Amino acid sequence: MARVILDNLVKRYGDTPAVNGIDLEIEDGEFVVLVGPSGCGKSTTLRMIAGLEELSDGRISIGDRVVNDLPPRERNISMVFQNYALYPHMTVEENLGFSLKIAKQPSAVIAAAVQEAAAILGLEELMERRPRELSGGQRQRVAMGRAIVRRPQVFLFDEPLSNLDAKLRTQMRVEIKRLHQQVGSTIIYVTHDQTEAMTLADRIVLMRDGNIVQTGSPLDLFDAPADRFAATFIGSPPMNLIDGVVSKEWQIDLDQGPTIPLPPNSRGKVRVGQPVTFGFRADSLTPIGHGIASADDGVALELVISLTEPLGTETLIYTDLAGVEIQAKMLNPRPLRVGERMQFQLALACCHLFDRATGEALRG
Amino acid sequence: MSQLGTSMRGKTGPVAAREGTWASRNRIARMRRRGLAALRFLLLFGAFAIICIPGLWIVLNSFRPTVEIMAKPAIWWPSFTLDHYRSMFGGTGEGGVPVLDYFRNSLIVSVTSTVIAIAIGMSGGYAFARYRFRFKSGYFVGLMLFRAVPGVALSLPLFIIFARLGVIDTHVGLILVYVAMNVPFTIWLTDGFFRQIPKEPREAAQIDGCTPWQAFWHVEFPVARPGVASAAIFAFLTSWNEFALASQLTRSTGSKTMPVGLLDFTAEFTINWGGMCALAVLMIAPALILTFIVQKHLIAGLTFGGVKG
Repeated sequence: MARVILDNLVKRYGDTPAVNGIDLEIEDGEFVVLVGPSGCGKSTTLRMIAGLEELSDGRISIGDRVVNDLPPRERNISMVFQNYALYPHMTVEENLGFSLKIAKQPSAVIAAAVQEAAAILGLEELMERRPRELSGGQRQRVAMGRAIVRRPQVFLFDEPLSNLDAKLRTQMRVEIKRLHQQVGSTIIYVTHDQTEAMTLADRIVLMRDGNIVQTGSPLDLFDAPADRFAATFIGSPPMNLIDGVVSKEWQIDLDQGPTIPLPPNSRGKVRVGQPVTFGFRADSLTPIGHGIASADDGVALELVISLTEPLGTETLIYTDLAGVEIQAKMLNPRPLRVGERMQFQLALACCHLFDRATGEALRG
Repeated sequence: MSQLGTSMRGKTGPVAAREGTWASRNRIARMRRRGLAALRFLLLFGAFAIICIPGLWIVLNSFRPTVEIMAKPAIWWPSFTLDHYRSMFGGTGEGGVPVLDYFRNSLIVSVTSTVIAIAIGMSGGYAFARYRFRFKSGYFVGLMLFRAVPGVALSLPLFIIFARLGVIDTHVGLILVYVAMNVPFTIWLTDGFFRQIPKEPREAAQIDGCTPWQAFWHVEFPVARPGVASAAIFAFLTSWNEFALASQLTRSTGSKTMPVGLLDFTAEFTINWGGMCALAVLMIAPALILTFIVQKHLIAGLTFGGVKG
């Protein structure tokens, strides 16, 4: 187990920058998820930590050692790849024990470590099989087992669940979280799926275009997104965004739409005449009587339903506000009709304001 | 009710007629399918006969007395004799040739040149498949161009250079030539195979504690083995069967290979067809056996399962 420190990490491919000077300190035993859209530099960052990519600039330390010049095998890490990267010509048992065999450990030690890892991941029945005889989920479990056997200081996961179907993904997500609780090692996990990031992370590092946009706990990112990108990337469905202008000290005029009071947390952060983007999550806009009762009575809006997605415990309602398609959420749902007119309540305390030019959150 | 009962018991009227047409249609379709299968068999048989008859001719003639081989009109029901083999292994004066020497030369030259060509060619193929370097595609095209030059065209300069170097009529000379002939092809073939192997298992191995060399040896080589094996067969057969350059660069029984040895059966006015056929059979047999042995390693699809395709 160890701290991992990234100090001004830079990666360029020719003239194209992939990672633009990242600073990040990962605590011992922390589960950190690097999340962002494809091409944001998250995988490149992980591969630099693993030693599979060279650094263009900056410094990486694992534990107390600067590892910039160390080959992967000397960094005391394990990695789980998106496409499993099992050794196709070896059985599950040989795959699990390979690292210890290379380290010339006595066979009794290898057997014990392999047994332990197999027990943790439920692989005992599959030991004699080869990777091609396994299902996707089993292969990914073997890949995780192979990582455990080494007892590394740091686990690296590179989109390990992307190749699995939805049901298996949910199941493996739980297993990874349980694994972290059992083993307690530092984990750096890369994904483009915000749900995985939210459910797994102690701390999320949100990246875009080779930069860190925001770092924080899942709820930090959900409740207080740093900018418009963070607001739309984290959370499902993404945050509703409507452009407007601050018309009076306490009021926003939405473009082609109604006037809305300024969210309380943005008061004092805006000036009259400033172009802004008004944002709120589907949870904050609910049909009256079908939401979580909030302290302030909020803003009442009458909207027309254009589409519904019943999800059982809740129904997502698509509607139109100020010429923008937005989503609202109905708890304790009742059957709805498209074209129906309904009274909604917008919980103003949970709304956000972003500067339209820079995209930054305007929050007190 | 009763009407319904009768119609269910016996099929009469339009239903039966319709089923009748279907049955006959099915029969016609079946016959057509069988006819096509028979035709396909005949065509394939013809094609294979054309390919195999020369080989068969050699094998049969190696067991026939010379008179019978030369007989006109042809004798259709052959007799059997081992005379050609007996005299081939007999004294030099009585139509014998130093078969064992030729065989040994062929074996030494082919095996050595194959091993060297595979070692060099596999490294090259790996480099082309895995690394990026300047002028890469230029080198690759260059290698292929070397293949386009017919070896015989180089026989004169080769002869002069080899004579100066003193490697005419030696194993070393032939081995050099065959390595040069086989390396480009081996690179091309193994490059293709290494390209098909995903790079992640290698990276996983390096993280698991392997040096780059160990990662290659423990993970990539075993997976690429079928490819390397087929490259080896090709290299071996090329060297084993090569005639044109060997006939220029070898002189004595100390270095002549089997294809060149075949010429021993041609005298100024006669050709000993039977003896030639017997030696040809001896030449073909090891190549066939080797191919059968190595073939077992050519199991495709070994890479499947290690990574998601």
